[in-house]
Amino acid sequence: MNLTLKIWRQKNAKASGAFETYTVKDVSPDSSFLEMLDILNNNLIHEGKEPIVFDHDCREGICGMCSLHINGRAHGPDSEITTCQLHMRKFKDGDTITIEPWRSAAFPVIKDLAVDRNAYDKILQAGGFISVNTGGVPDGNAIPIPKPDADESMDAAACIGCGACAATCKNGSAMLFVAARVSSLAKLPQGRVEGSLRAKAMVAKMDELGFGNCTNIGACEAECPKLISLAHIARLNREFLSAKFQD
Amino acid sequence: MGNFLTSSSIGRKLVMSVSGAFLVLFLIFHLAMNLTLLFSEESYNLVTSFLGANWYALIGTLILALGVVVHVVYALILTLQNRRARGSQRYAVTVKEEGVSWASKNMFVLGLIICLGLAIHLWNFWWNMQFVEIIGGHENSFGHHPQDGVSMVREIFGSWVYLVIYLVWFGAIWFHLTHGVWSMFQTVGWANKTWYPRLKITSNIVATLIVLGFAAIAVVSFLRANGICGA
Repeated sequence: MNLTLKIWRQKNAKASGAFETYTVKDVSPDSSFLEMLDILNNNLIHEGKEPIVFDHDCREGICGMCSLHINGRAHGPDSEITTCQLHMRKFKDGDTITIEPWRSAAFPVIKDLAVDRNAYDKILQAGGFISVNTGGVPDGNAIPIPKPDADESMDAAACIGCGACAATCKNGSAMLFVAARVSSLAKLPQGRVEGSLRAKAMVAKMDELGFGNCTNIGACEAECPKLISLAHIARLNREFLSAKFQD
Repeated sequence: MGNFLTSSSIGRKLVMSVSGAFLVLFLIFHLAMNLTLLFSEESYNLVTSFLGANWYALIGTLILALGVVVHVVYALILTLQNRRARGSQRYAVTVKEEGVSWASKNMFVLGLIICLGLAIHLWNFWWNMQFVEIIGGHENSFGHHPQDGVSMVREIFGSWVYLVIYLVWFGAIWFHLTHGVWSMFQTVGWANKTWYPRLKITSNIVATLIVLGFAAIAVVSFLRANGICGA
């Protein structure tokens, strides 16, 4: 496959960036999107040019590091996958592909296609955990948890914090991410103990970091590689509002 | 507790949700009153005369105005914050995400159209009716008695220009309600996967019934005023 790539290049957070056009030749349709970028970077290095910076780590869809807005969609033209799971067979020979970094005020560009997603870590640090003293491993059956609750919790825990939700949302809202974290713990007895505190602390941090207000559009759910449901946002709303009304 | 309604995102959305619910209930109430016109002009004039410068109607009008102002002011605040959160650098390429309704992404623009329509509507049916009564007048700018709703409807909806303006306005309200009604439930947390299809269908039904009702009254009034069909 021969492809034309329009890629966002930006020297650093303060510089103003612009698109640059590159061509890559003889790309295998079986290679992944990131491998295709590796090939391009290899060519750039051989030509003495600066390679394109992009985030990646596990390359198996579980770490949440890879990002990229490809042809107008977070993680590219396929559903339920991260960019590392996107294969070049989803494109046609001769295609022009536009690659942009996540665009959200809370995710500033560090360089080229890499953005700073520390904001998500800060939200997690505000309350996305259970405060327990670690001891020996507890018995797995000591606390009975109904299967539907465990399933619901696991569905929410599938969130990898990639940032596609806030990057896709026209309001730059991080609600789907926060909802997934709150929801995964809210459905478990261990997480219930700090349920009210967690919802309030994480929402307060999310607001403080400049994420937008959710308007229930559902674009986040549509682009989420882990299919996190809007129902978790409804649960976060319930958790937050009931906590506030109890204050 | 109180300040979370202004300081937190979910609190602000709660205000949007509750004020929106109030306005939907008002629309149903408004429609119920207007529907009398289809059956009897006398009963319609009874309704409009009751909604004059008496304390019940005045207090009702003030509460309604407060509901509109809160909904609009919060919409402005939320939209400005959301634009800031999106950042100054926009995507060069965007696509419509699967399953996302057009209305959900254009609530603010739809709201602007609704506000414009509301301004025209208030001029026609508030400034020339209840307001004339409040300032003690007995005749409005159209030369009708301020309590004579039937003549006012004939005056306004007799014109096809107004008919078209009102139908466009109703269209904007329909789109706004299709997203707004189910959204109210989502925001207060009364939603889950089982209820999404039910809520969205209910939303469409409510929006369609309200808009069809108002549109029917507008069209029938146009036909009657132009002598195409009898009262």
